[in-house]
Amino acid sequence: MNNTNIILVLVVLTNLKLLGSSRLGASIRVVAMQGVVLGLLPILAHTNELSVRFAVLAAGTIALKGIVFPWFLFRAVWEAEVTREVEPYVGYVTSLLAGVLILAVSFWMCERLPMPETLASSWLAPVAFFSIFAGLFLIVSRKRAVSQVLGFLVLENGVYAFGVGLAPHTSLLVEAGVLLDVFVAVFVMGITIFHINREFDHIETNRLNTLKD
Amino acid sequence: MILLLFIIPALAGLAAFALRSPAVRRGLLIGTALVHAALTAICWQTTPSPALGGWLALDAAGLLFLSITSGLFLVASFYAAGYLGQQANKHITDAEEGMLFDNAPEAVFIGCLLLFLATMTLVTVSQHFGLLWVAVEATTLASAPLIYFHRHHRSLEATWKYLLVCSVGIALALLACFFLGVAATPPNGEGFPLVLSDLVAKAQQLQTPWLKAACLLFFVGYGTKMGLAPLHTWLPDAHSEAPSVVSALLSGAVLNCAFLGLVRVQQVCVAAGLGAFGRDVWLLLGLVSLVVGAVFIIGQTDYKRLLAYSSVENMGIIALGVGLGSAGAFGAMLHAVNHSLAKAMLFLLSGNILARYQTKNIAQVRGLLSAAPVTGVLWVAGFLAITGTPPFGLFLSKFTILKAAIDGGRTWIVVMFLVAVGVIFIGMTTAFFGMAQGVPDKGASKLANRDRWWQIAPPAVLGLLVLWLGLAIPGPLNNVLRQIAATLGDAP
Repeated sequence: MNNTNIILVLVVLTNLKLLGSSRLGASIRVVAMQGVVLGLLPILAHTNELSVRFAVLAAGTIALKGIVFPWFLFRAVWEAEVTREVEPYVGYVTSLLAGVLILAVSFWMCERLPMPETLASSWLAPVAFFSIFAGLFLIVSRKRAVSQVLGFLVLENGVYAFGVGLAPHTSLLVEAGVLLDVFVAVFVMGITIFHINREFDHIETNRLNTLKD
Repeated sequence: MILLLFIIPALAGLAAFALRSPAVRRGLLIGTALVHAALTAICWQTTPSPALGGWLALDAAGLLFLSITSGLFLVASFYAAGYLGQQANKHITDAEEGMLFDNAPEAVFIGCLLLFLATMTLVTVSQHFGLLWVAVEATTLASAPLIYFHRHHRSLEATWKYLLVCSVGIALALLACFFLGVAATPPNGEGFPLVLSDLVAKAQQLQTPWLKAACLLFFVGYGTKMGLAPLHTWLPDAHSEAPSVVSALLSGAVLNCAFLGLVRVQQVCVAAGLGAFGRDVWLLLGLVSLVVGAVFIIGQTDYKRLLAYSSVENMGIIALGVGLGSAGAFGAMLHAVNHSLAKAMLFLLSGNILARYQTKNIAQVRGLLSAAPVTGVLWVAGFLAITGTPPFGLFLSKFTILKAAIDGGRTWIVVMFLVAVGVIFIGMTTAFFGMAQGVPDKGASKLANRDRWWQIAPPAVLGLLVLWLGLAIPGPLNNVLRQIAATLGDAP
């Protein structure tokens, strides 16, 4: 088992942990860990062409996803001073079972697709898809605004993992742009959470239900 | 030149955050809009040279959408300056629930408006799919604070939905970019960059299954942002809660930017011989959007939501046009121009109505023609324009698309199109004429200090433009539309 696969296994485990986790603080830490682990991916996946570009990319990713985002989200949770539970629509055990099912489907699906040879590992695509689906699942099954941001981050991590696996054809400018966008996205979402908290005295999105037809 | 188009509004936006004086800030807004429009006008004369190694370039489609964006922004900036002057430094009573709320700081609003212009410009000039993605996501982020200008719980809800739904959708479009990257890597050979011209030139080498997967994901991603049903859920909320001038820009410019992203995808599909596959998806999403628009317009009680659903409907018509091949694509592009102008006009007018009547409820607005004659007349004219009544431009573009469907022998599409458009016409007639006629309450008449020039002139200019496009399509515009349509239809 090479280094890339260890990282991918860690990503799968963090996703499962996230699906079964009941505490917001723990969830934020798990996503931070996943961000750091994924930050190492470009260095380990392309050992034969180690360059400044991958180093910059890795450093940027780790700094943002491992330090800035968790700090920012912790502040959002702490400021809210409400019970620090995730409050799911779907129970933790059911979520975990759904996660395992999604994992199986992702592997089954990728067996059937013609994978390019440039991919760093044959597990990369299924794990990326698993993250994407798990992120979507988290967004729809959790009430808390912060949890939904975490779901968005997991989804983005999945897309990022797939992109890094292909790295040769994406360029630094685009990668930097993507990172910048994600940074601003989390920043704006964080500010919105502050306001939701102030306006409603809670951060549950199920009470955002005035606007409908 | 291309870089200037992007950098000037970006720098002006950053400067606006720092400026103290409101008058200078509003001057900066209008000044930047004027400079941007002037630069865009120069682009019609001489095609600017590509920048950043071909990543930024202005082709026919880019030029068309850049012009729409720039023109709308110019008109809207005058409205915005007046609007901000009126809204400055006071607590405002909410029209629906009677609570007091504040506005976001004006510096943030103008700064975000200018950054919004910069990001939309970047969308129109990006030739590289990765850069295009970055720009489209950036438009979402720059416009989210604009929707949350009025600080109360409904606009907050709308902002949250907008951010989350669009960000998730656009994250899937990023995956589609990577899929496209896989498609562009032949099994035994070097891949090539995701620049539109390269992709079109080497389209035969693209791997079909990955290209198809990328295409579908692009439709989900950019389709969300474009407001195609069933991915439109954020649209009515954001459009109804944002200040009217922002609604006008969202509807007139942002939806088009996402549409441009999809047009680029379709251009690659056509070049790769997958034009028919892409067109089927366009047709399907277009028809669903038409039907959803019709269903929600009937019996709608909120006039801003009514306009929002009309946007869903019109995006459906545009998608339908592209799905009908070259002739339809010509109509679709024309319709995109017309719809932007007419819808922005209506949203600006809806701001006037909201200010006067203090309600968004259709049933509570009566006697617009006697309470505010100019706004009232423009409102009726806007209604005639948006429903595609001759002699306005939308009649011409809808008719072109319909004709393409008839010539193609697509009977079912023709029938569904006509039924949906008919239903929408009836629904909107009920709403608009109810609002225009009757006797206004005392409140509305008493408030009737005459409408200010900034409330009247911008929508009137837009209305005249739509009328002009209905009577004659200027030669240069016709050329550009033809060039775009040629890239969207299979070679005979």
